[in-house]
Amino acid sequence: MSNDAKSGTDGQWPLWEVFTQAKSGAPHEHAGSVHAPDAEIALQNARDVYARRGEAVSIWVVPTAVIAATSPSDTGPFFDPASDKAYRHPQFYKVPQGVRVF
Amino acid sequence: MTPSNVAQPAADDPIRVAAFEGRIAAGETIEPKDWMPERYRKQLIRMMSQHAHSEVVGMLPEGNWITRAPSLRRKMSLLAKVQDEGGHGLYIYCGTETLGVDRHDLIDQLLSGTAKYSSIFNYPTLTWADMGAIGWLVDGAAIVNQTVLAKCSYGPYARAMLRICKEENFHKRQGYEIMATLSKGTPAQKAMAQDALNRWWWPSLMMFGPSDKDSPHSAELLRWKVKRKSNDELRQRFVDLTVPQAHAIALVLPDPDLKHNTDTNHWEIGPINWDEFFNVIKGNGPCNRERLEARRRAHAEGAWVRQAAEAYAAKQRGRAQSTAA
Ligand SMILES: [Fe+2]
Ligand SMILES: [Fe+2]
Repeated sequence: MSNDAKSGTDGQWPLWEVFTQAKSGAPHEHAGSVHAPDAEIALQNARDVYARRGEAVSIWVVPTAVIAATSPSDTGPFFDPASDKAYRHPQFYKVPQGVRVF
Repeated sequence: MTPSNVAQPAADDPIRVAAFEGRIAAGETIEPKDWMPERYRKQLIRMMSQHAHSEVVGMLPEGNWITRAPSLRRKMSLLAKVQDEGGHGLYIYCGTETLGVDRHDLIDQLLSGTAKYSSIFNYPTLTWADMGAIGWLVDGAAIVNQTVLAKCSYGPYARAMLRICKEENFHKRQGYEIMATLSKGTPAQKAMAQDALNRWWWPSLMMFGPSDKDSPHSAELLRWKVKRKSNDELRQRFVDLTVPQAHAIALVLPDPDLKHNTDTNHWEIGPINWDEFFNVIKGNGPCNRERLEARRRAHAEGAWVRQAAEAYAAKQRGRAQSTAA
């Protein structure tokens, strides 16, 4: 028996982000992550970790390292092109009283 | 998501700390890439890794009884419960990694004996009734704790807790069912259930940690909404839930001082033996050594599975390359 957890092939496998779809027609949502040496085992691990009770009908795994994300520091400037465009919302437009639009 | 993505603050700038605490006070959720005080990060790594370790070590006392379960139904339930606990460990390790630590290092700390985990798992499981007592009391206490942690300020921890809480109810009910069945059984079976309750009751109450006035981290964790309720409040909630459950299955809680306060409508317990608690934390519990040895053995015996998975992945990669060429 070896106690040396770092020996040989016992390294840390790459991280994969797991997205599960609860039922057909629903979007895939982030469930968590797993470590796995490849995509096939990542899918199996994701099933065992995040879908033991039929929580998913479909699973995506994505290597964490390839995900690009906005960072909190540019949240303001990055998204503010949308913040002064009230005319993209239906409430911006006046309708004669008593008319049903929808 | 990866450690390199995590914002690396230098010294904690008081202006940023004030802004951070403002966000917490406003009920916002803190996400991995958000700025956070180093101390908040450290406290979460400490709490979450201990929690993850507890889930993993928690598999051992019950794993002992899988092959000795009295029926196929009980065996399937226990196997599924123990597998869930492994899953809980993984959810929380994955959450802890968002704070910039490596799961591999955390597991090293567990295996080398430098990490802490819940003391409750250092008590032995002597009879089948202990499977009932653990599900009912230990998972019952964990539910009380985790339901509140599901509202904690750190998003990945809160989300892991939500997932876990959905699964814990089955753990508690299967345990309570075992106790109820034994209690209705032969005198020997009822005595076995009572004995298990006698041994597990006080350690379960200690799971909530020392009284808040003696708990070094409480005030800060409450301010940062990592904890939402004090140890004593959670313990009281557990007691109030559990006492009537014991009465319903005709078992007696091993506390001569236990009484119902009709003014507050709370059940009041006698004094807790904290010397025992700190002794077990220090490593002098009945099973501290045995648990770690079992965990190390399991890790070593699983080495071939990890090697096989890697060899398979390498072979698949090789195939993909040769067909692409
Ligand atoms: Fe658990
Ligand atoms: Fe559990």
